[in-house]
Amino acid sequence: MKTTTFKVWQGNSDGGELKTYEIEVDQGYVVLDAIHRIQAEQANDLAVRWNCKAGKCGSCSAEVNGSPKLMCMTRVDELPADQPITVEPMRTFPIVKDLVTDVSWNYEVKASIKRFSPKTADHGDGSWDMDQYDVERPQEFRKCIECFLCQDVCHVLRDHQLHDRFAGPRHYVYVANMEMNPIDTGDRVAELREELGIGYCNITKCCTKVCPEGITITDNAIIPLKERVVDQSYDPLARLIKLVKGSGD
Amino acid sequence: MPSKVTALPVRRTFGDTMRIDAWWLQPVVVFVVFTSFVIYSTWAAFQGNNYYSGNLLSPFYSPLIWGDPAHSFTGTLEPGWWPSFLPVFSPAFVILWAPVSFRLTCYYYRGAYYKAYWPGPSSCSVGTSRKAYMGERHFPLILQNAHRYTLPFALLLLVFLSHDAWKALWFETGLGSEEVGLSVGTVVLTANVVLLGGYTFGCHSLRHLIGGGIDKLAGRPVQRAAYECVSWCNGRHMIWAWCSLIWVAFADIYVRLCAMGIWADWRIL
Repeated sequence: MKTTTFKVWQGNSDGGELKTYEIEVDQGYVVLDAIHRIQAEQANDLAVRWNCKAGKCGSCSAEVNGSPKLMCMTRVDELPADQPITVEPMRTFPIVKDLVTDVSWNYEVKASIKRFSPKTADHGDGSWDMDQYDVERPQEFRKCIECFLCQDVCHVLRDHQLHDRFAGPRHYVYVANMEMNPIDTGDRVAELREELGIGYCNITKCCTKVCPEGITITDNAIIPLKERVVDQSYDPLARLIKLVKGSGD
Repeated sequence: MPSKVTALPVRRTFGDTMRIDAWWLQPVVVFVVFTSFVIYSTWAAFQGNNYYSGNLLSPFYSPLIWGDPAHSFTGTLEPGWWPSFLPVFSPAFVILWAPVSFRLTCYYYRGAYYKAYWPGPSSCSVGTSRKAYMGERHFPLILQNAHRYTLPFALLLLVFLSHDAWKALWFETGLGSEEVGLSVGTVVLTANVVLLGGYTFGCHSLRHLIGGGIDKLAGRPVQRAAYECVSWCNGRHMIWAWCSLIWVAFADIYVRLCAMGIWADWRIL
């Protein structure tokens, strides 16, 4: 057991401040454990959203020492011991109370995206033939737990607040999962360019760095989608080839 | 898309962050290395001499289309169409636009130099000073979408640089014939091809064009293998990008110093 200082942001949409707490930290503590201890012993009204405590539900997203992280997956002993540990809510979304933010905008954006539309089934029982290799490519995107840390760190949302023009990395992963699926027939490329605003992404790769599931968001989802947008909108040669060859795959 | 979200937290100002690590280090290193490279390569391109030493040709001047008549393809010092109002001609001028445009529009470099040169943001979760933001949707940054058009020239340069590395294997015997050998210069030019190859073959546009743009790669073994190879290089694109950038400058320095007689190309075999 050792005493560690935490600075936890407390407030609401009208404003707030960092409040200092000193607590005893057991071996193997994660930041969420510390927040629970503060809540139990010193600040009973501290609001925090959490659920699985295993890095799979994506509920306890916050900013620990300024970096977006899941509190349940951030060990206290891996943070600098000589300075207070700051815990703040995600800055990209409206604050409800303390560490809890309103992430409902993400669900609204997701609902606005063209749905998965499979081709006619290959067999009478409604099943399709798919090669394992082709299944595995978009499989990476299905690991997303919707913690929205990638949305939080993305400067287009965080600093420029273009929520009405830019869907954010989470939704590009969602689109990539459908676009690269061999049985999907939907075409979301024009939607990506216009409504979802993929052109605002300038490839800082911050989304990839903070993803707790290790999804290579920028290289495997966003850039391939940007290239598909180039095919359709900015590359006359690609359009000509597609016209000659037909729609292809 | 849903309407704008209201009641968002207050925007942070430039450099404002709660991060306590050395977040500024990476953009500073990128700024210093990239700026140093641009200054050196510009200087080297304007020299127009000391680019050839024995069997070694500087990669900044390859392919040597115009230049030293004994070594250039055309056998003339400069092209007849070179405008007379431009006081200087260097063989590098007709070459360097290709690698410069390829690197400038490269997806990796874009992310890196945006952070280092016009910080918006300088690093992840660090505040930015920029108010208006248009991303890559409008001129001039919309031109970044032409990256794939710079790719064929980068691939073509690899052919010429491979030829230079091959030529660096052959040494004059003094009896009017040549023999196979190995010098430090051979190693330098060969490593240059390997590093530039790793970088070029890991290009995101190439990855898309070779197989990433289609959803079914099963049943296409050659295309699938090519996609796998490009994806392997692509996964290390940043490493290839920096190693090849630094090495190509080093290769020019090596050949230049040999040509100037400051050091001699040491024959290993």
